[in-house]
Amino acid sequence: MAYVIEGETGDWEIVIGLEVHAQVISKAKLFSGAATEFGAEPNTQVSFVDAGFPGMLPVINEVCVEQAVRTGLGLKAAINERSVFARKNYFYADLPNGYQISQYEQPIVGNGEIVLDMPDGSSRTVGIERLHLEQDAGKSLHDQHATKSFIDLNRAGVALMEIVSKPDLRTPEEAGAYLRKLRSILRYLGSCDGNMEEGSMRCDVNVSVRPVGEAELRTRAEVKNVNSMRFVMQAIEYEARRQIEVYETGGSVVQETRLFDSGKGETRSMRSKEHAHDYRYFPDPDLLPLVLDPAWVEAIKASLPELPDDKKERFVRDWGLTPYDAGVLVAERATADFFETVATGRDAKLAANWVTGDFFAAMNRMGRGIDNPPVSAADLGGLIDLISDNTISGRIAKELFELMIETGKPPAVLVEEKGLRQVTDTGAIDAAIAAVLEKNPDKVAEYKSGKDKLFGFFVGQVMKATQGKANPALVNDILKSRLG
Amino acid sequence: MSLDKTTVTAIAHLARIEVPEDELDHLASELSGILDFVEQLAEVDTDGVEPMTSVAAMVLPRRADAVTDGGYPDKILANAPEADEGFFLVPKVVE
Amino acid sequence: MTTALTDLTIAGALDGLAKGEFTAVELTEAHLRAMEAARGLNAFITETPDLALERARASDSRRRGGQIGSMEGIPIGMKDLFCTEGVRTTAASHILDGFTPPYESTVSANLIKAGAVMLGKTNLDEFAMGSANITSHHGPVVSPWRRRSDPGVDLVPGGSSGGSAAAVAARLAMAATGTDTGGSIRQPASFCGIVGIKPTYGRCSRWGVVAFASSLDQAGPMTRTVRDAAIMLGAMAGHDPKDSTSAPIAVPDFTKALTGEVRGLRIGVPREYRPEGLAPEIAALWDQGIDWLRQAGAVPVEITLPHTRHALATYYIVAPAEASSNLARYDGVRFGLRVEGKTLDELYRKTRGEGFGKEVRRRILIGTYVLSAGYYDAYYAKAQKLRSLIARDFREAFEKVDVILTPTAPSAAFGLGEKTDNPITMYLNDVFTIPTSLAGLPGLSLPAGLSADGLPLGLQLIGRPFDEETVLNVAGVMESAAGFTARPARVEA
Repeated sequence: MAYVIEGETGDWEIVIGLEVHAQVISKAKLFSGAATEFGAEPNTQVSFVDAGFPGMLPVINEVCVEQAVRTGLGLKAAINERSVFARKNYFYADLPNGYQISQYEQPIVGNGEIVLDMPDGSSRTVGIERLHLEQDAGKSLHDQHATKSFIDLNRAGVALMEIVSKPDLRTPEEAGAYLRKLRSILRYLGSCDGNMEEGSMRCDVNVSVRPVGEAELRTRAEVKNVNSMRFVMQAIEYEARRQIEVYETGGSVVQETRLFDSGKGETRSMRSKEHAHDYRYFPDPDLLPLVLDPAWVEAIKASLPELPDDKKERFVRDWGLTPYDAGVLVAERATADFFETVATGRDAKLAANWVTGDFFAAMNRMGRGIDNPPVSAADLGGLIDLISDNTISGRIAKELFELMIETGKPPAVLVEEKGLRQVTDTGAIDAAIAAVLEKNPDKVAEYKSGKDKLFGFFVGQVMKATQGKANPALVNDILKSRLG
Repeated sequence: MSLDKTTVTAIAHLARIEVPEDELDHLASELSGILDFVEQLAEVDTDGVEPMTSVAAMVLPRRADAVTDGGYPDKILANAPEADEGFFLVPKVVE
Repeated sequence: MTTALTDLTIAGALDGLAKGEFTAVELTEAHLRAMEAARGLNAFITETPDLALERARASDSRRRGGQIGSMEGIPIGMKDLFCTEGVRTTAASHILDGFTPPYESTVSANLIKAGAVMLGKTNLDEFAMGSANITSHHGPVVSPWRRRSDPGVDLVPGGSSGGSAAAVAARLAMAATGTDTGGSIRQPASFCGIVGIKPTYGRCSRWGVVAFASSLDQAGPMTRTVRDAAIMLGAMAGHDPKDSTSAPIAVPDFTKALTGEVRGLRIGVPREYRPEGLAPEIAALWDQGIDWLRQAGAVPVEITLPHTRHALATYYIVAPAEASSNLARYDGVRFGLRVEGKTLDELYRKTRGEGFGKEVRRRILIGTYVLSAGYYDAYYAKAQKLRSLIARDFREAFEKVDVILTPTAPSAAFGLGEKTDNPITMYLNDVFTIPTSLAGLPGLSLPAGLSADGLPLGLQLIGRPFDEETVLNVAGVMESAAGFTARPARVEA
């Protein structure tokens, strides 16, 4: 179903393209040997190269190249055997050289694609235009002093991958799904940690609108540095409505850079920067073209982990999961691994229900991550084993799960300690049933005269008498025959 | 190719070089002279010619991913016209 | 002692040091005295006598310990474009005011390792942009040479390595480093009657050398003899993993190449270097050079380098474009001059407006223009294609010849204040040296004779990539034939 915004003059469609800056996971910077760790004291992770001192020269970090190639392969993209680093020239306080080393006409990665998993279970393919490597800038702090900005170059020169989508996205939700999926792929590949709070994944959003049915793309605005998935969706919505209003009041949208104000939920023009946009790109004469050996690229390809799409397909096929459950489970590689550990040799659907149900709920409630789970995969598997072999009932299982979180003890130990074992001894169940029937002769009479609904009452009483440990199936069977 | 004062002003802004108003005319004519001189390249047929990238057949060398540099903020800041608390200072930038 | 210490060659001084005839300290002191006496030449921006003596003492002590580098104890000048740890480095620009690098350039570090003793930082054109050493913020360099006809006129030493050339010619240093982007080693070598070689691009590391035009800049030695150039080039050169354009090629012992044997060697004589209006004495000197080589058994071969005439224009796009970007880092934030402004932009504009001299500003603006939107293809991309064609001309020529001989410069040194009316007139000084730079090839200038007015004239030898050995060997043969013994007027004896 198409997503449209109803305007005064008719229905409008949004056209969205995303430019994501993903910080590459590497020990050292793209062109220098300084460290990349987040949160260090100012200017401690800065070499003379990063600070643009006279006579300093860049030398490329091979792992950053490898990460870009790995990511390109993960996006099913064309890897360019020859790419060129270019200088993007502009003046800014946190850009020490007066230029950023980036890639312009010949990026390392060309066309690729990302499959979006929409909440309704459908999927949609979005094109990737390119991926290129470039240097990050330093950081300016504007709130430290009344008349000065403070410059920290720790981040200057850290490797970024700029990943540019085609203008294939049509709704804020798709943009959100795109970012989630991209983040998932990057984390699977280990090329970026996807942490938007720390700024290791940043997003610029290109938005334009057009009347439904119009084929041409209209002028777009670029909304800079939108730093959470929620803000991306908000910014798109706001910007689309703003543009529609401009058109509907007879105006025209200008191509410009806008800033998202997360406090107000608005975008505003950055006119001050407009006239200066002439980056004077040219190939960096300090670097030669980057040439990749096809065999090296092939070796990286062979070493790629199973990625979310393939994993999801396999989970549906081999584990019999619904596409939705499979999608949820594969979003994080560690979660998928956790699930597979739990599911192996067990009822996979039951395992999926437990992982996506009580386990996720506990994790959220406790603010824990999959790397520090409330119960281990082995213990959760043990719990499922106890359900499957009828040692415990489903109701007791929930209780046992909470006990496992509280005590950290394995489920089998807790079952013994707390006497949670399900009663499967027909003699004991018989006795309990006999006692219940004996205590409620009037209800028995009513039942026999046709009030079938009372069956549930008897089951409840029996379970209560056995503290929930009676095997429900046995209780049913025996009750039925007794009440005949 | 003749550059006018407006163009020279725009280039000077891109290059962040202050040029006094009374030097603009002279500079415009000097720059125009240089551009006239280099204009001759237009007559050379370069169809199918690759731009030169390096003298010898060399590949871009790559370094190992290891932390081998940095960790000397004092040296980084030693030459700074203005620094405080480990930062470089510049006039406040208004976004 | 028959020869003054300052008159020795490097080879001669190494010999004397080895024999214990004098110490490195004595040799250094002699040069420090000469340097002091010749301050009028303005060849040095910064003198480092204390550091020199300290290093000379250390050298003497190493020598006593049997640890002898290839330039052990040799006093040299260092072009003030090489960053030297703890020693002010200016690039002859106001904008680097007060800058003291916390690091040592690879080339100067290599020279320290070889035992050389730095006397000071030599003057140059601001950011190496110039052909007369008149754009230095620290004032022009005066050539030690004088015209016979008009000895009262101060002459330029050539540029941009004018301080180095003047210091070596005037016997203030036994040798000096230079850098060459379009002729900045060879042209001043020619004007000052010394030997200068710009090696193949990639032979010497650019790390720590203040950049002018990255794809052209190359360091090299400036000496009084070919043998000295071979010794010093060996000490400067070598692969540097910190420079991505540094060639991973072993450095030969260049002195071993000086066999004096050139029989059968084919000497290319490009017809494009004999344009109409070439000064007759330059043409005659060139013919003389061809003749010396013929007499030594080499074979002159006429060749053609058809794209030569576009080299200058190509250069004046490529070099300013790269410079405009390389010089963006001088912004008053991290080092050097800052001229305050109310806003960051104003600080940039004032700092750069005041900090850069006229010629540097001019080149930055041209470079900015040719890279700006809409002009990249017409200028920079076109110029890089021209470079390919110029390089191809040389490649094809080197299928027929082993080395190429040309004049170094179209004239002898001119007077301070001459040729300053129009930038293009000044740029024409480099017309014979620029093609070599664009192709990245090794080029050497050696003093071959004197002009009618008693000024040195140089001839240039151009070699195949990384074949400095042939260039040096042929230069050695020509040096013997030329017997150039003239001394500049202003050498305190």
